[in-house]
Formats: sequence, C-alpha cells, structure tokens
Amino acid sequence: MADPVPYRRDQASEQPPYDYPAYESTIKRHPDQRLVILPHTLSEVTGPVYGHGKVLPEDADLTRQHKGEPLGERIVVTGRVLDDNGRPIPHTLVEIWQANSAGRYIHARDQHPAPLDANFAGAGRAVTDADGRYRFVTIKPGAYPWLNRPNAWRPAHIHFSVFGASFITRLVTQMYFPGDPLFPFDPIYNSISEPKARERMIAHFDLDTTVPEWALGFQYDIVLRGPEATPMEH
Amino acid sequence: MALGHTPSQTVGPFFAFGLNHEGHQVLVTDATQGERIRIDGRVIDGAGVAVPDAMIEIWQANAAGRYDHPDDARSEKPLDPAFHGFGRCGTDKDGRFHFLTVKPGAVPGIGNALQAPHINIAVFARGLLKHLWTRLYFEGEPLNADDPVLALVDPKRRKTLVAKRSNGKEPGYAFDLVLQGKGETVFFDI
Repeated sequence: MADPVPYRRDQASEQPPYDYPAYESTIKRHPDQRLVILPHTLSEVTGPVYGHGKVLPEDADLTRQHKGEPLGERIVVTGRVLDDNGRPIPHTLVEIWQANSAGRYIHARDQHPAPLDANFAGAGRAVTDADGRYRFVTIKPGAYPWLNRPNAWRPAHIHFSVFGASFITRLVTQMYFPGDPLFPFDPIYNSISEPKARERMIAHFDLDTTVPEWALGFQYDIVLRGPEATPMEH
Repeated sequence: MALGHTPSQTVGPFFAFGLNHEGHQVLVTDATQGERIRIDGRVIDGAGVAVPDAMIEIWQANAAGRYDHPDDARSEKPLDPAFHGFGRCGTDKDGRFHFLTVKPGAVPGIGNALQAPHINIAVFARGLLKHLWTRLYFEGEPLNADDPVLALVDPKRRKTLVAKRSNGKEPGYAFDLVLQGKGETVFFDI
C-alpha cells in the first residue's frame, strides 16, 4: 500500500515543554532523554473513531444530570473541531470536565474547602456534527487554589479532551475565559511560550450564542493537526 | 497557510470522574478473534515513586493486523466486528493499570517494511503538560528484530519498549512506564 500522508508537526512555541519547573509537578515527571522522532505509519495516522459507546444528547447538558439545577452562572460553550487545513472534524468525541461554580471538583482528592453542589458533577461529552460542531450547556467554573506555590490559583477553566481523525491528533487541553486576572500568574497557561498560541485556549464571548433571558454564550474552536497534503476528494 | 494548533494542557489531577469509565480497559468480548492477553503495568516517576494520577490510552490493530479506521483500507485483512482497538485505564494508588485485549497482528511500515506487533500508547498525567507517546512490543516476537521503529532506538534502551511475558493464569505481559531517570521508557515525538 502507499505510505500514509504525514501529519503536520507542532511548532515548538505553540506547545508546552515537558520540563517546565514553574509547574512543579513536571520536575519528576518529564523525560530526561530526547524523544525519538517517528515517521508517520499506519499506526499513527489511524485512531479510534468507533467504540466510544453511546453518547446521548443529555450528556452535553451538565445542568440537567441531577434532580435540581446547579448553582452558578449558566453558560453555553460551543465551537468547531477543525484540522489545520481548516476542515471540520465530524463525528469525533469531545469530553469535558470541570470544577463547580465554587471552584470545587467532585474528585475525592480535591480538598479545597469550597462547597460541593449535589446538582453538579461537572463531566460531559458530545460528538461533533457533520460541520465539526459541538455544544455544551454548563455553569461557569470557579477559580481554585492549588499547591504549586504559596497562594497559587488556577484561572477558571474547562478541561477538554478531543480525539480527531487519528491517534496522532489526540489532544487534551483547557479552555479559559476571556479577561481572567489570574492569567499572568498561572504556569500551566504560561507554559505555552507564544502569546498568540496561548490565546487560542481562551474562549470568545459571543452575543449570538448567548440565549436571551437564559445563558451567556462562548465560542471555542479547537484546531488539531492535519495531513500535510490535503487528500483528494473521492 | 495552515491554521495554528490548539496547545495541549495537562490533564491535571482530577480527571478521573470525567475520563475514566468502567470497562474501557477491556477491549475484548467473547466474540473477539485472536489470542487474548492481559497487560499489567505501573507508571513510575523520576524519584521511583508510583504515579497514582496517570491515564493510559492504547490503540492497536486487531489480531489480523488491521486497524479499525477508514485510512486502513486493506480489505485483504479482515476487520473484527468484536474488536475496535481502543482502550483507556487510569492508574490506581499504586500507579497500576491493566488492559485485557488481543495480541495485534503485524502492520505495514513505511515502504515495504513490516512492523512487528505493537500497541500504541499515550500517557497522560498531572505534571505532563503534553501527553507522552510510546509503543509496547512483545517479548519473544521474532519480527522485533527487523522492526523499523525499534531500529530507530538506541539498542541499549530498546528493552524499555518490550513487554515481558508474565506467569499468570492467562497469557500476560508486564510493561512498566518509567517517566524519568533510571530505566526511562523510550518516548516518541510523532
């Protein structure tokens, strides 16, 4: 068979390094040895497109998973998953998880003394439509303290996990909210050296996405690696 | 001009309730074709300490050596309707993970090369701002000697990519992931 079309590689400045001491957890967890560069074979350019189990429409509404409504500011978060050629990635799984409006995760190891919300678990998933679009309804997560340094706080964020067209496009990232005053102090956000790339992680407030009398709307597009040569249409 | 990529960020410490779903470490059903294997491993950091908040994802071909993906269109290799090739497992408090799967068949490499049976692995954890890529090969597999990817790796470090046969009840392999330091696993830039 013909060799697979390789995928475009990341610019170093648009991805974080493994060794980034300002984020202390990297210190004992980054490889010391140089990574071995691989050509892209069938093993890299294929990936899970089936077998995610059944994703239900209510999985994308984090405010409707319990008896009552969660506390906090209701928001709509929507956007498209694209490759770097600008092509939409349809039918791909998008998973999110987040803290509640008080900045507390449901996770047992989160010891932040902020209240849990019995009506909010904070996990959702959706499959993109034919145009690559996903849409979640949730509440705006709160900022929260962490133990990286004294008085360290994470800016409000929603974790995103996306598959894309192949295993090589796998991405886990965090979506931030515009104008967060904690940006200058957060080593995870600032681990991306190129400011323009960093800003790609910030959602845009969008009045057209905002649902009147109901919820603020945010747009957040995700751009994954794409094939270097655009495949011919069949 | 190509669009800029969305940067990666760490999965953080609190992903389990969002990503770890019961049963995702089991890739097989009774109907799956091929030799069933169990893979057991631990994730270890540079201080030799278990990593209890990592997540391992695997992607592999079926027993016939076919990936369940539209870009693997080799109809001479059968798809298995009872095998899709993706698994996910969070580590426990001792850094342990496991998968129940089948041994994959060999798959084509670049040119006319053949790749030895292998499983593609992505490692996510608090402290990893970007996930790590590696591969699991199988001890005792004759094709390892000619595998074009193993050939790119310093011979002294190749053994970190080869899972060892273990002596359990079912055919098993042991495969630890060492993030840093002595015995550091070979990781790939793909």
